[in-house]
Amino acid sequence: MTTTTTTQPSELEDVRASTATDKRRVQRTELWRNRGLLLPAVIFLILLTQIPFLTTIGFSLTKWNLLYPNDRAFAGFDNYTSALTSGDLWPSIRATVLITAFSVTLAVLFGLLFAVLLDRPFRGRALARTLMITPFLIMPAAASLIWKYSMFDTNIGMLNWVFRTLHLPVVAWSTEHPMATVVIVLTWQFTPFMMLILLAGLQGQDKGILEAAQVDGAGTWRTFTWITLPHLRMYIEIGVLLGSVIILQVFDPIAILTKGTGGTKTLAYLLYERAFIGLDVGQAAAYGVVTVVLTIIVATIALKSVFKVFMAGGSR
Amino acid sequence: MLANKRMLALGTGAVAVAMTVAACSSGAVQSGNGSTGAAGGAVTLKVATVNNGQMKDMEKLKSEYEKANPGVTVNFQVMEEGDLRAAVTADVASGAGQYDIVTIGAYETPQWGANGWLVDLTPELQSDSSYDVNDLLPPVRDVNTFDNKLFAVPFYGESSILMYNKEVMDKAGVTIPQNPTWQQVADAAKKVNTADMAGICMRGKPGWGDLFAPLTTVVQTFGGNWYDSSWKATVDTPEWKQAVSFYKTMLDQSGEKDPVSYSFNECLTALKEGKAAMWADASVAASMLEAADSPVKGKMGYAHMPVDKTKESGWLWSWNLAIPTSTKQKDAAVKFVKWATSKDYIKLVGTKIGWSNVPPGSRTSTYDIPEYKDAAKAYAPITLDVMSSVNPKQPGVNPQGWVGIQYVSIPEFQDVGNQCAQLVADYLANRGTIDDALSKCQSIAQAAGDKHKK
Repeated sequence: MTTTTTTQPSELEDVRASTATDKRRVQRTELWRNRGLLLPAVIFLILLTQIPFLTTIGFSLTKWNLLYPNDRAFAGFDNYTSALTSGDLWPSIRATVLITAFSVTLAVLFGLLFAVLLDRPFRGRALARTLMITPFLIMPAAASLIWKYSMFDTNIGMLNWVFRTLHLPVVAWSTEHPMATVVIVLTWQFTPFMMLILLAGLQGQDKGILEAAQVDGAGTWRTFTWITLPHLRMYIEIGVLLGSVIILQVFDPIAILTKGTGGTKTLAYLLYERAFIGLDVGQAAAYGVVTVVLTIIVATIALKSVFKVFMAGGSR
Repeated sequence: MLANKRMLALGTGAVAVAMTVAACSSGAVQSGNGSTGAAGGAVTLKVATVNNGQMKDMEKLKSEYEKANPGVTVNFQVMEEGDLRAAVTADVASGAGQYDIVTIGAYETPQWGANGWLVDLTPELQSDSSYDVNDLLPPVRDVNTFDNKLFAVPFYGESSILMYNKEVMDKAGVTIPQNPTWQQVADAAKKVNTADMAGICMRGKPGWGDLFAPLTTVVQTFGGNWYDSSWKATVDTPEWKQAVSFYKTMLDQSGEKDPVSYSFNECLTALKEGKAAMWADASVAASMLEAADSPVKGKMGYAHMPVDKTKESGWLWSWNLAIPTSTKQKDAAVKFVKWATSKDYIKLVGTKIGWSNVPPGSRTSTYDIPEYKDAAKAYAPITLDVMSSVNPKQPGVNPQGWVGIQYVSIPEFQDVGNQCAQLVADYLANRGTIDDALSKCQSIAQAAGDKHKK
């Protein structure tokens, strides 16, 4: 859309400018004017994002442990060597990927279910919607604490109360199923987020098409799988992308529920441990840089190949 | 307070935050306290403290001090434990002089004293007979002494004790001796354990100040320790294996069901709710179990921390006031520190705030005050008894190269303890073997120990 509007005036210039040099000159001034307007924003962006990143790279090349404040020196790539060889990085990447994948998938599935349900008119729909959104509005730390005490706890938690009532054995969630514990909390938190995006998608659907499908004799299931789902694809992709970006950085449920045990030590938690328990600024910065590089690689591949939304000439 | 050791530091993007911390610390370099005090008139003392109850009471009472010392203003900066440690370390290490008085744990005192960051308080305190430095509990004095110099004075101290529900024990016909062994406690726990009530509650939350506070004392009484006297790590020894597998067996047979979720606060709740019959933890817990709103008030019995090979195995922790060498108002700071840790201050808290709020575990004479004896009769005698009988110079069977009980006073210990706690937690949750956990922990501990070999 934007590309077509910006090329239009230059096409007009094309007509007016007589010689090739003229044309190039006009294009160049035009280009610089456009750039000049963008410049303040670009400078701001660079100041805000690149300088901290460069500082982090600087830190990552320093031997700097807060425990030994007077022992600061240039360390070369020592921090990277120790980060890559300590054996903490790979399990951490694994934990991050698994937690993100499970949570996002489950949140999309539940979000889709609730979005479809809430798309139908019924009495008290507005109230139901507000209630459904609440988990997303609760602070992550508060949500984790709520789950820790009122849901998972072996003595006073509701889940175990249900199990006990059904004469099933009590489940020690954080000890026995740390991964599931974290995924459950995250799914609970992010289902409303997915639901909101998918609901917007459902409401933007042309009802005429649905009626036509009905007239043609397609049942509810076929209408859903052949018409609604393809229509929702873009919304699901956006939901998955945004959800993954947020959940990749997850910290609170791990700090509160599992403390990184049982394969739940995500990159964010690992960084926190290196920086605030190991107090090793250099090594933590090295982990941070490695994380950023890996994320950029994965994101580039994912955006270019998986997500249709970002592909030129996608279906919509 | 040790119980809050692993309080949450909330926030993602740790590197970004690390840089903020760094930025703060370098910012602190410029903000010295400048001209105040030089004129001999108005003096402003800056105090960094931790946000526990006793410290907040001190902030409430500072006006009394200001009234008695005209011209002196005391400013408190109250922080959460983790923040305090970071802020004060950065300030003191860089010699910025932002604080005149800092609150530090027993874990830091010897390290900072050795680094030359703290003012030696011995001459000032010994020359003042009304201060009565010998009244400070000897073990607490020991942990704050390095090279025969007292670098910090205890404001609040605690040990660990065994707490049990007398009614439950009586019903099961179990008697807990005053100095029980771990085996006796494990047997008793097994006997009183039911589906509804755990026999014993012990910390299992991974963290150097959570799981490893009690577990280190268990290891030490079983004959093990983190390091020998020449800083060789001794984690992969039979003593460690015996102690850790004992801890797990006890938890499996009669402990709380979800140990990874349980630390001080969770066990406190379990005891109060009648969901656990016994608990071995910080002595300060007793005052909470005996609080007016506690359902188990008056029903609890208290005993020494259970032992195996040693005579005592209570831990020792204290919050202390110290003066950084970078202060520009040393005399005024010393005066305030003396006031805040004096006998009179304890009486002041008792009369102005309440006798049960008196900072415990710092002075022997506190335990002679009739009002305090009355307010804390259930737990004061045993606290004093345990606190004066533990030996921080050698808590275990073998001599050790540092002074302190449930920690090793080297800077790396937080990290070592934390990583090992996670390994042990995997063993507690049946995700790994004990040999695997201890051998990994051994190499982590050895890497840290190597830096301290002489």
